[in-house]
Parts: sequence; C-alpha cells; structure tokens
Amino acid sequence: MPDYALRAQNVTQKFGAFVALEDVSFDLKVGEVHCLAGENGSGKSTLIKVINGVNTPEPGAQISFYDSAPAARVSPTDAKRHGVHVIWQDLALFPDLTVAENITFDSFIAAPFAPRGTAAKTDRAAQIITRLGVKLDPHAKLGDLSIAKRQLVAICRVLDANARIIFMDEPTASLTRKETQTLLDIVRKLSGDGISIVFVSHRLAEVLDVCERVTVLRDGAFVGSYPTEGMTQKRLSTLMTGLDLDEHPRDIENFGETAIEVRGLSRDAEYDDISFSVRRGEILGLTGLMGSGRTEIALSLFGMTQADQGAILIDGKPVNFRNSRAAIAAGIAYVSEDRLNLGLVQSQSIIKNTASTVLDDLAKPSFYLSPKRLRALCIDWIARLKTKVSDPRLPVSSLSGGNQQRIVLAKWLATNPKVLILDAPTVGVDVGAKAGIFEIVRELAAKGMAIILISDEASEIHTHTDRVLILRGGKVHKDLKPATVNEEALEEMINA
Amino acid sequence: MRKLFQGWSGDRIELTAMVAFLALSVLSFAAIAPNFLSVGIFRSMAFQLPELGLLTLAMFIPIIAGGLNLAVTFTANICGLAAAFIVQKFLLENGGLALPIALIVALLTGLVMGMLVGAMVAYVGAHPILVTLGAMIFLRGLGELLTRGGDISGMPPVFETIGHGTLLGVPNPMWIFLAAVVVCFYIMQFTKLGFSIHMVGSNPKATLFSGIDVNRVLVWVYGLSGALSGLAGFLMLARFNSVRVGHGESYLLITILACFLAGANPFGGFGRVLPLAVGLISLQVIASGMNLMGASQHLATAAWGGFLILVMILRAPFQSKT
Repeated sequence: MPDYALRAQNVTQKFGAFVALEDVSFDLKVGEVHCLAGENGSGKSTLIKVINGVNTPEPGAQISFYDSAPAARVSPTDAKRHGVHVIWQDLALFPDLTVAENITFDSFIAAPFAPRGTAAKTDRAAQIITRLGVKLDPHAKLGDLSIAKRQLVAICRVLDANARIIFMDEPTASLTRKETQTLLDIVRKLSGDGISIVFVSHRLAEVLDVCERVTVLRDGAFVGSYPTEGMTQKRLSTLMTGLDLDEHPRDIENFGETAIEVRGLSRDAEYDDISFSVRRGEILGLTGLMGSGRTEIALSLFGMTQADQGAILIDGKPVNFRNSRAAIAAGIAYVSEDRLNLGLVQSQSIIKNTASTVLDDLAKPSFYLSPKRLRALCIDWIARLKTKVSDPRLPVSSLSGGNQQRIVLAKWLATNPKVLILDAPTVGVDVGAKAGIFEIVRELAAKGMAIILISDEASEIHTHTDRVLILRGGKVHKDLKPATVNEEALEEMINA
Repeated sequence: MRKLFQGWSGDRIELTAMVAFLALSVLSFAAIAPNFLSVGIFRSMAFQLPELGLLTLAMFIPIIAGGLNLAVTFTANICGLAAAFIVQKFLLENGGLALPIALIVALLTGLVMGMLVGAMVAYVGAHPILVTLGAMIFLRGLGELLTRGGDISGMPPVFETIGHGTLLGVPNPMWIFLAAVVVCFYIMQFTKLGFSIHMVGSNPKATLFSGIDVNRVLVWVYGLSGALSGLAGFLMLARFNSVRVGHGESYLLITILACFLAGANPFGGFGRVLPLAVGLISLQVIASGMNLMGASQHLATAAWGGFLILVMILRAPFQSKT
C-alpha cells in the first residue's frame, strides 16, 4: 500500500491574464485528514477542480494518485477511477428524492430507466448509513431534513460511489456546534477506514482540532504545508492573510448614557424575561447556541416581531415598534445574520443597496430621487469603510463576503443609528476581512454608538465585547464581563 | 460579442439592441415594400400602437416588481364601461365636460381596482398570477353581465377628437401614449416608488429588512397598473366610440411578450421603460409592414413570436449562466 493517496506538484492555472494558482504543491497521505486553508480567492476551489478533473492546469504539472505514474492533468475518468469526490458547500442533492435515492443516485444515472426506490437500493443505502454509524431514515424526503442531516446524506452518497479521497468544502459553515462535533467524529472515523479527507474551512479552531496537516494558499501561491501539532489559530491566520493581526481585548470603563434598555422582554416560545441595557460606546455581546433566542430578541428590537411582554426604552423613553420602519426611525440598525437573503438585495447594484435605508432623506425636499445623490452617498461610504469596489453600479453580489458586509454596514451607518445590532457579522467573511470589520465596529463604539454583537464565536465575544449575556433556552443564563474569564472558559459556558 | 460591448452597462446594451432592431425592421420593410416609408403608414401605426402600448406599460410595472397583472385587458374594458356609463347617464348634453370626466372616471376606476388587487397580493400574500387571474375572470364575467355580451356605444362627438384627431401631425392617442411613457420612465428612474419597485422585484424580504414598506409599494404597483389599463380603456372608448367587454383580449400575452422582448427580467427587479417603448414600436412596424404587403395578420403574430425567440438567443451570450 502506498503512503500517499495524492501527490500534486508544479500546479499552475491561468484564466486569461489572471493567475489563479502558481506552482502549487499538495500531497495527501492515505487516511489523512488534511486542511486546505486560505482566504476567498486564494485558489482553494481552483486546486480542487484541477484534482477532480474539471480544470486543466498549465503544462508541467505532475499529479499522481496512489502508485499511478505522474500525469500532467487529471481527466474526470481518472478522478472517478481513483475515487476522488468533492462535496461542495451547496451539497448538490435532490430535495424531492428520498434519502436512499439520493445516496444511490450515481448508480441511478447509470441506469436511468430503472425503477426508483427499489428495496435493493434502500438496503444498500441503509448499509452505508449503518457503516457510518449515523441516524438517517432511508425513506425520508431529503427536503424535510436539516442541513446537518443533508450533509450526512452527501457523505453517504460519495461512500456509495466508492470514494477514497473526499474533498469537503466548508462542511460546517451552517452547522451548530453540536452538529459540527458529530461531523468531525465522522470525519475521524472515515480517516480510520483509510479514506483521505481534505477539509476546507474558515473555522480555524476546528481545522486545528480535526486535521493532521494544513496546506495554506494565499492569492494563488503556495505558502506551505504544516503539521497542525503546535500550530495556533493566530499563526494560521497570519499565514493565510500575510498580516500579523493583533487584537487586544477591550478594556474600557467609562461609557456614556444608556442608549437602549430592555426590561422583562418576553415572546412566546422565543425568549423569556430578558433584561439588559447598553450604554453609548459600549459593546454588548449576545451569545448562545442556535435557538437560544439571540436572533429572536434582535428581531423584536428591530420591530420585525413584537414582544408579548416587557418594555424597550430608547434614551429612557418607552417605545413600541410596529414594524422595522419605526425601529429605524428611532435609531435602531440591524445587520442580519443572513446577508444573502435578508441583509442585501444581492442582484441589485451596490448604489441601490447602500441607499435603500435612507430613501426618505435622499428624496427630500420633493419625491425626486437624484441618481447623483445616490451615487455620491455610495461613493462616500465606500471610501469611509475602505470597501474594495470597482464600479458601484455592479450588483452587490459581485463583491467578496467581507466587502459585502461593509456595504451592509454602510447602508445602516447611513441612517446614523444610535444602536447598531450586529447579528453574526463575520459569517462567510475571511480572516483578514473579519479583523477589518471589527476595526470599524470598535471605532463606531469609540464614537459613542451603542452596539449589540450577536455571535457564537467565543473568540469574537471575548475580544470585542464589554459585557456578554449568555442565553440558553430563551433565558439569560449568565451575565458577565468577558475580561474576567479566559476564552476557553467562555467557550465552555456557551456550549455547555 | 461580449468583448465588443465591454464597459457598456446592461441597460445601454438593451436600448441599443432595441433601436437597432427597430432600424432593421424599418429598413427591411422600406426595401421590400415600396410605399412603406409614407406619412400615411406611420400615422396609421401611431393610431394603432397606443392601446397595446399602454397595456404593456400596465403589465411592465408589476413584472419589474416580481409579479404580473393578467387583468390588464379586462380592467381596461371595465374602466371604459364605467366612463361610458357616467357619460351616457349624466353628460350626453354637456360635451365639454364629458371628456375630462370620462378620463378621470376611467383612471380612478382602474386605480381603485388595481389597488384592491395590490392589497390582495401584499396582505394576503397570494401569488400575483392567482390574484390577477381571479381578478381577470371576475372582471370579464362582471363586464359581460353588465353589457349582456353586447356593446355600449354612442359617445358625444368630442370623443372623436381624442380617438381620431391629430396634434402637430401626430395622432392624439400617440401623444397620450408618449405622455404615459414619460411619466412611467420618471416614476421608475427618479422616485422612491420606482427605486422600491426594483428592490421589491429582486428580493421583497431583504427590501423589508431595509425598512421599505413593501406592502405599500405593492399596492401602488398594481394601482399604477390599473390606472394605465384605465387609460387604455379610455382610449379604446374614444377610438371605437363604444365599449365591448373582451376588446383587446388578444393583447394580453402580447404585452408580456413585449416586456420580455425589451429585456425585463422574468423574475423581477430589472427592466427599462425606454427599450420597452422602442420595442413596441418595432412590433407595430412588423405588423403594419406585413399588413401593407398583404400578408395575413396571423403571419405578423407568428413573426412577433419568432422575434422574441430570436432576441432571447441573441441575448444569451450576455447573460451569466449561474
């Protein structure tokens, strides 16, 4: 048995004048869990597509699987023969088929007119499920399952197709902490069975937890392959970004007046008896597992839902928001956790998205909305938040995650809010861009904005908040100053 | 193809394409039909186009908002009916007032019916296809019931001036259509409502999260659509001196075709008024040109369909396939 499942050297890929990969090397041991790390646009996906035979690299590459002879490129047939499979982030499953049909789909393509969902197929799917040691109903419709379960179905599917080298693209991006642990256990189990796994993830903590080695790419260039033993999150993010990010926990004592106060706020089946206040210049962390009520509270503060009981006070005056317009008028801004569907209108222009919250101001004194004023507003905010934009008329979807989040911030800062609620502001944002976002947030707080930061990343809460409420089952479980505990203890408290 | 137009905005490409398309159709008919380039032909086109044009504008705005309005033609009929009823009941003697009042009645009837439809779409949350299909069938039944399947005719002579008169050599219906184009262009490009319509069409939920009152926008979208239909109904009344429920029914799908021909996004959010106006004129040129050559009217219809397909094929290289 050879030691290496895959060895790739001198891989270069150009798209026109753009160099996506330059002289990259990558090797993968049999049964190894290997992380492919790098920021968006660093070339991770391009490398995967070279290895699974979608892209043809420039001549000169040497790629070999197991003990095969090195070749200059991988054909899709080669990839299939060596059991190379990629589970992309969107999973590419069929929501209207059953779990068993999804798992056995590849044999289904081979015989398109064979009857669906036969007992034999269900049995085969059930065997794979048992082998993986997970709980899945082969008869359940895929569309009814949670993302975590679908992820497992995707893994079963590649196993059914005899995968020996599996690439997993951001597999934990939309999983809860507990689901992530389950997935990591499965990854370890597969590696124990001699399957090699390449893990692509933004979450450095789990990368260091599950992987044996990590290969770092930056702007298409090969930075290096390192054992994870002895590697720290900080060093890894420095390797990925090329920047030495140094973040100090906050240490501020004197804040301004209370900007927002919440007293005994309750909403049926969402949150119960929540009280807190945030002063000007203060950053309050709101954390807890998914379903702990953190986003639900934010939606009520933003007027999207109404609390059954309790009071919200802005600058000491009780308010009752019937809708988001009323909340915005009172000085609340809400950066949604779902940037793709709620935070931005992805297909519309950067200008339109920036201006969407301040139409009433822009249209004054008449109802005439001047394109020049829209553009000026957008250009101004792009400059103030140092956003990388080539043309503000382009759809906002053309920007990277970090720059999109800056546009979200811009559209809310344009309303000149008193209270800024940030709900998971760094989801899908690169390590380097994350630091940039927090730099802005801390600057805003320094200028006297009251900020509520919702996050389930213990490190973010620990570094960037002055006080934190840990929620559990819709109630305040703990209320503490993060500086009084260390990050690991905080993480423990969030996930306990 | 892509390279040739590098640096051009999508809107500019659409407008250029529509103008090129218009020039091409005019030139080809000028080449094969010797008497095509005459004042008479263009005048007759300018008389025929406005009804379809107004109905297309009425379809266009809901499409940009991510819906559509299947009730445009029957809304137009009912508005014409309401205007004719008021005129015949109260204003047969008073010719001077009849015209403005008929116009106001038609516009208001359309506005109110449209807003009701919009309220259904917004507050009930039903899909626009269902709501407007319901409204369409309802209005058709209502109209046929009221007119007993016949027509209401006999307007004061002053209606002739709107329906058949000209100003500066251009038929009056054309002036009305052009005015409607300018108003729609202004609303869609330079007002809060127009801005919001584009945003709602792309993603109503994210628009709501930006603090835009999506429900109110939808009510106005269908209100405007109804008012434009009402204007079309008024014009039909003036042109034919009568109202018959079902008149213009065949325009319904053509209005949708014209919207997509001019680059309106079938999923909402994108589309411009000016390419739409130019595209409509091209469609009319094809119909009139073929008519002049003695071809069957049905051939013109087939040509329109073929055109849409051709334009879709030509447009394909400019669209990313994601």
